[in-house]
Amino acid sequence: MTVATHPSMSDVPALDVRGLSVEFPTRKGVLTALSEVSLTIQRGEIVGVVGESGAGKSMTGMSVLGLLEPPGRISAGEIRIGGKRTDNLGESEMAHIRGRMVGAIFQDPLTSLNPLFSIGQQLIETIRLHSDRNRAEAKAHAIDLLKQVGIPGADERIDHYPHQFSGGMRQRVVIALALAGNPQLIIADEPTTALDVSIQAQITALLRELCREHGTGVMLVTHDMGVIAETADRVAVMYAGRVIEVGPVDEVLSRPKHPYTRGLMGSIPALGARVERLAQIDGAMPRLNAIPSGCAFNPRCLDAGPRCRQVRPAMVAEGKGAAEGGVACLVYDGGVQ
Amino acid sequence: MRSAANALEVDQLSRVFDVSAPWLTRMIDRKPKRYLRAVQDVTFVVERGKCLALVGESGCGKSTVARLVTGLYRPSEGAIVFGPSSDGRPMEAQMIFQDPHASLNPRWRVGDIIAEPIREFGLREGNDAINGRVAELLRTVGLSADDTKRFPHEFSGGQRQRISIARALASEPEFLVCDEPTSALDVSVQAQILNLMRKLQDELGLTYLFISHNLAVVRHMADRIAVMYLGRIVESGETEALFANPQHPYTQLLLQTIPDVTSPNRDRQMMGGEPPSPLDPPKGCAFHPRCPVASEICRSVAPDVRQRQGGGSIACHMAPID
Repeated sequence: MTVATHPSMSDVPALDVRGLSVEFPTRKGVLTALSEVSLTIQRGEIVGVVGESGAGKSMTGMSVLGLLEPPGRISAGEIRIGGKRTDNLGESEMAHIRGRMVGAIFQDPLTSLNPLFSIGQQLIETIRLHSDRNRAEAKAHAIDLLKQVGIPGADERIDHYPHQFSGGMRQRVVIALALAGNPQLIIADEPTTALDVSIQAQITALLRELCREHGTGVMLVTHDMGVIAETADRVAVMYAGRVIEVGPVDEVLSRPKHPYTRGLMGSIPALGARVERLAQIDGAMPRLNAIPSGCAFNPRCLDAGPRCRQVRPAMVAEGKGAAEGGVACLVYDGGVQ
Repeated sequence: MRSAANALEVDQLSRVFDVSAPWLTRMIDRKPKRYLRAVQDVTFVVERGKCLALVGESGCGKSTVARLVTGLYRPSEGAIVFGPSSDGRPMEAQMIFQDPHASLNPRWRVGDIIAEPIREFGLREGNDAINGRVAELLRTVGLSADDTKRFPHEFSGGQRQRISIARALASEPEFLVCDEPTSALDVSVQAQILNLMRKLQDELGLTYLFISHNLAVVRHMADRIAVMYLGRIVESGETEALFANPQHPYTQLLLQTIPDVTSPNRDRQMMGGEPPSPLDPPKGCAFHPRCPVASEICRSVAPDVRQRQGGGSIACHMAPID
């Protein structure tokens, strides 16, 4: 294990993103997909990134993985994984980082596994690429990983092909693959969205348990507030390419500060009680080429005032470490008038 | 069971699909024909003006029931009987599909999409009357009358689902089958669509058969709920009664495993195992391999559906008899 070989290692966050902006130059002008996104994930911490389609949550994960589709490019900001700056690395250097320092779990486990290789071959290849184990040691480690992710009969199952596994089992294999390089950080992009609820609970519990054990930081990208409520330690809410509120899960979900987060929470039908009418946020998220000036949420916001149309709210941070939070809203920063 | 208060009565409905390999392959491999029992002995009624929800995980047969009810599939066995509509003719049913990107013709303008059922059924005479009706429908679902000239791709997912609803309402049905109408949408848009559907139900007296895997959405929409597992209804009842006091072990586990925003439970009892393949269902009660209270009888005999006091039903050997 490479964990904490140096006394100060455990203080270095698994992920530190500062002022990240991502642009897409197009024929009609430059689209800003992400704008000054800052996010810290400590080792062993699960940070949820939520938002609706187009909010930029997957884009954030892809930027960290260095998998931005051209012509997308990072135009400002820094990304540090385990203290090492990665946003300015080239493709071959980034290929070296991926798997070893940052693992990935995507939504559809069928497309993230190679159908032509047995899962054992895929695991062993990954393990050998990222460590100096020989084939036999790598196979033993692969079986161990499969056991850790709860695949029954791992000794036999290692020779099976992806199509021989069910959706939930396949996602477990993908988690094993993500852990194979023993990374400090895992980007999990909608890891349970393609799964049934009963399987979803199994996978989130597994993810939580494993990242505690391995001290891995997890960026959990999802649109499902329920999954966040039960899995994440902290949560960052995104809207139109910006982080608008961040904080400990209980804090953000039960006492949301930003008007958008409040509306979002009110619009989720709760299991606990039936209401006559759900709170609804009228309108839709702006397109990238039509993000309003000032606060991006101001046309849909019930609390908006004249200042919201002119001044772009900055993140007002409070607290440190596990309690670190903040909100980017003028209501909490000098008023809306 | 037959009563004028029921909009729809479904009796012992079954649907079997032939999923055999091609004839030659079968001969070479000496394999028999294979059948998939997607829906088995499903019985339910939907009262006029109410909403019945079918819930269950993927592959439990809930969408097959929706397609059987709207006539997109023929039943293998059983009966589907619609009650008379308010003017005495047989009730008309329409369907709203899950994916508003796939269910609207991309090459048609929105006005034509909504006008098609009106023209086909001859509900209005003359272009002016038809256009007036289309504009009225668009306003009903919260869009603008100017949107008739635009194409589906110009709309967001939520707006497209509104267009689907307008098209479904165009033939003036009293019964709507909604197959996962909001699962492709974001939560804030989902809230808009659910609110719209509740409003339409109140204003037009619609009856819904609502298919969903999301129990929180179902609780918001439905008057009654039927829980399906591997092609059968395992438990049904009034929404509040079912949530307050679930009797079937599957319903209990399902309610325990849903992540909830308001009261997250990080130390819940996990439902072990996975739903079995409907191609090779377990003997006896289909849920027994995952059931925490299964006994010998569950492994050999499939439980009958028993009626419960208060109008619900349950199919479980171990549930207390009342």
